[in-house]
Amino acid sequence: MTAIAVAATINGEATSFLCEAEETLLDALRDRLGLTGAKEGCGTGDCGACSVVLDGRLVCSCLVLGAEAEGREVETIEGMALGDHLHPLQQKFLDHAALQCGVCTPGFLVAAKALLDQNPSPTEEEVRFGLAGNLCRCTGYDKIVRAVMDAAESMRDGR
Amino acid sequence: MRYEAPDSIEAAVSLLAGEAGKARILAGGTDLLVQLRLGHVEPDLVVDIKRIAATQSITEEAGGYRIGAAVSGAVLGEHDGVRALWPGVVEAVELIGSTQIQGRASIGGNLCNASPAADSVPALVAAGAVATIVGPDGRRDLPVEDVAGGPGKTVLAAAELVESILLPARPAGSGDAYLRFIPRTEMDIAVVGAGVNLTLDGAGKCSAARVALGAVAERVLLVEAAAAALIGTPVDDAALSRLAEAASAACRPIDDKRGTKDFRTRVAGVLAQRAARIALRRAGRG
Ligand SMILES: Cc1cc2nc3c(=O)[nH]c(=O)nc-3n(C[C@H](O)[C@H](O)[C@H](O)COP(=O)(O)OP(=O)(O)OC[C@H]3O[C@@H](n4cnc5c(N)ncnc54)[C@H](O)[C@@H]3O)c2cc1C
Ligand code: FES
Ligand code: FES
Repeated sequence: MTAIAVAATINGEATSFLCEAEETLLDALRDRLGLTGAKEGCGTGDCGACSVVLDGRLVCSCLVLGAEAEGREVETIEGMALGDHLHPLQQKFLDHAALQCGVCTPGFLVAAKALLDQNPSPTEEEVRFGLAGNLCRCTGYDKIVRAVMDAAESMRDGR
Repeated sequence: MRYEAPDSIEAAVSLLAGEAGKARILAGGTDLLVQLRLGHVEPDLVVDIKRIAATQSITEEAGGYRIGAAVSGAVLGEHDGVRALWPGVVEAVELIGSTQIQGRASIGGNLCNASPAADSVPALVAAGAVATIVGPDGRRDLPVEDVAGGPGKTVLAAAELVESILLPARPAGSGDAYLRFIPRTEMDIAVVGAGVNLTLDGAGKCSAARVALGAVAERVLLVEAAAAALIGTPVDDAALSRLAEAASAACRPIDDKRGTKDFRTRVAGVLAQRAARIALRRAGRG
């Protein structure tokens, strides 16, 4: 089987990789590019642990073929912090202890950032609805929701 | 498996027509990639249609909208024109999955996956939407209710694909709505879905109606008897009761873990009636 050569922009950098036709973007990110932040929780679109942003849209990378990324822009959790500075969402997740095992965390952060990019002042209900595609087996969600609300507030204040 | 992403519909058709093995069309992949992973399908060729402009655009046509088959739910939901003209269709599409799924899931995929529980399909059927299908012999139009044959089956020939779906123009005094029953508040498969589209004349009488039900038969049903219960009436409580009876009478559901036959049959009537009340409000009444 011949591998497909894919050229994409990943976290702002021109990147190329080889992948098989049936290989998912999630597998290509993890196994070909060493970007292991996105996790495979289910592989069927239910858990959101594999969330990435593809051409500006939040998607499950387990439901995207690697080959589909040709010419596209992909943003992953690895691109979220600015150098040594955590993104406010990352900092608030720490402050609120919004993670335990951490498997769901990269997906939640990517999804929460996408949510706040679209709606900087969400209500609690909007946060819960917006993150309904992300499952967490540990935290019970409350701390995650609080962290996102708090991050939204501090981002609005420009802190 | 080979992957191809042609940029014209003609190239997609000739790839499909030229494939000796099994070929599959890829739109948003939210059904197809799950099926690939579970080994339910093992195609030799996957043709990604998202680089074809006609499958990705929303254009005005004759007072209605032509929606590319691969347009995602997220993009459709942001289109003010479609929202205003066919709110029931947009609300049905927006029920599909999570934000992540909305980023990819298309109406063409929802239709061609041919699940009897597909959420956008009853709303599209109620709207009188028409699918434009392209194949080796050219283009043909088919009402959306005629596309699915049974669970997981469409009437499309091997090298055919849906290019776009036309949501027609509608007269003043029209409204549509879609409701589904699920045991949770979101992220679940419809136990019953009901789409209603109606038009009131100047005197407040129903001059046209279409009612469609999901998840109560092997495919989405267009229930003419339920529409007939509304047409010519002022859509009062008596007419709405007859609508509910006709909707329940049309059901031939299965029993499964999601709901029994009796439950589905009862709920279909209730949902159809509630959807009709919302459609009525959107048509300008109340
Ligand atoms: C977590 C999750 C939640 C979901 N929730 C819902 C829900 O609430 N309601 C619901 O209805 N569905 C739901 N789905 C199913 C799925 O998201 C929808 O059916 C979606 O609309 C499929 O669109 P797609 O573009 O992803 O299709 P794809 O997966 O790309 O294609 C689906 C099928 O249609 C064929 N196909 C696609 N486009 C065309 C075309 N233009 N012409 C001919 N054949 C074509 C493909 O070959 C494939 O067989 C869910 C799926 C997941 C993973
Ligand atoms: S791994 Fe992609 S949604 Fe669970
Ligand atoms: S912290 Fe363990 S799954 Fe969320």
